[in-house]
Amino acid sequence: MSDRHEHGHSPTDAHAPIGLEDGESAVWSRRAAALQAVLAEKGVISNDEVRATIEDWEAKTPAQGARVVARAWVDPDFKARLLANGKQAVRDLLGIDTGTTELVALENTDQVHHVVVCTLCSCYPRAVLGLPPAWYKSLAYRSRTIANPRSVLREFGMQLDPSVEVQVVDSTADIRYLVIPRRPAGTEGMTEEQLAELVTRDSMIGVARAREAVGSRQ
Amino acid sequence: MRFQVGDTVRVKGERRAGHVRTPSYIRGKTGLVSRVHGTFRNPEQLAYGQDGLPKVPLYYVSFDASEVWGGPPSADRVVVDIYEHWLEPVDKGRP
Repeated sequence: MSDRHEHGHSPTDAHAPIGLEDGESAVWSRRAAALQAVLAEKGVISNDEVRATIEDWEAKTPAQGARVVARAWVDPDFKARLLANGKQAVRDLLGIDTGTTELVALENTDQVHHVVVCTLCSCYPRAVLGLPPAWYKSLAYRSRTIANPRSVLREFGMQLDPSVEVQVVDSTADIRYLVIPRRPAGTEGMTEEQLAELVTRDSMIGVARAREAVGSRQ
Repeated sequence: MRFQVGDTVRVKGERRAGHVRTPSYIRGKTGLVSRVHGTFRNPEQLAYGQDGLPKVPLYYVSFDASEVWGGPPSADRVVVDIYEHWLEPVDKGRP
């Protein structure tokens, strides 16, 4: 078993260490570390609390949101409640509190396609999707999705019919948005648990469709 | 609530620095109130250590993409959450 650091790293080596400490991000990392050190020293927060909070956030995954969507697909009453009051419906189903922000579910149909972006920062329904992917926070996604959603969706592999109305939702404030993707065809006989497997993170952001059921493309 | 679902509103064109939750691309644009989200502490005050009270209404305002970006008319929409103090009524009788 050889240590990976024994490899000769060329600049194009896929195994080369990622330069997270380079450039601007290093400034913010140092600032955050300095703030944490001062707050811990003054007894405002402990390092263990910070660690536990990070652990807690990293434990949240899109599987939570997938359960919500799968239930909405199979249970019209739940879907109605989810669309009327997302925060309450999620609390009822998963027993989790989505925090101080509201949760609004947006239903994709054969006529309307929603895609979510936060042009001002990185607002994201973390309680049900976990931490956002790096691209969601990128300047490219934020600036291009709001102005030209169809070409961004094409780059994600999603070709929308011109007759479908695209609604780009800019999550600028106190609301977090969860997209309910369309239920794929040929999934009538599937259980709620099987359906949840088809619901991907990206489909709940609105940059992709839900997965197709295995065998439905024959 | 000053506005209801279906009201036509214009986003104020103010140029303001600091922690502002209304993106600059939408300022001065005219849209339609499509949902009323409720009232929230004003984040533009919370950001500066104030209490953000009284709470301000927040609206889901839908704009024609061509109104926002120009280009040919299409059915595509840009939707932005906007706090009430950024909105002014538009007389529907006049363009």
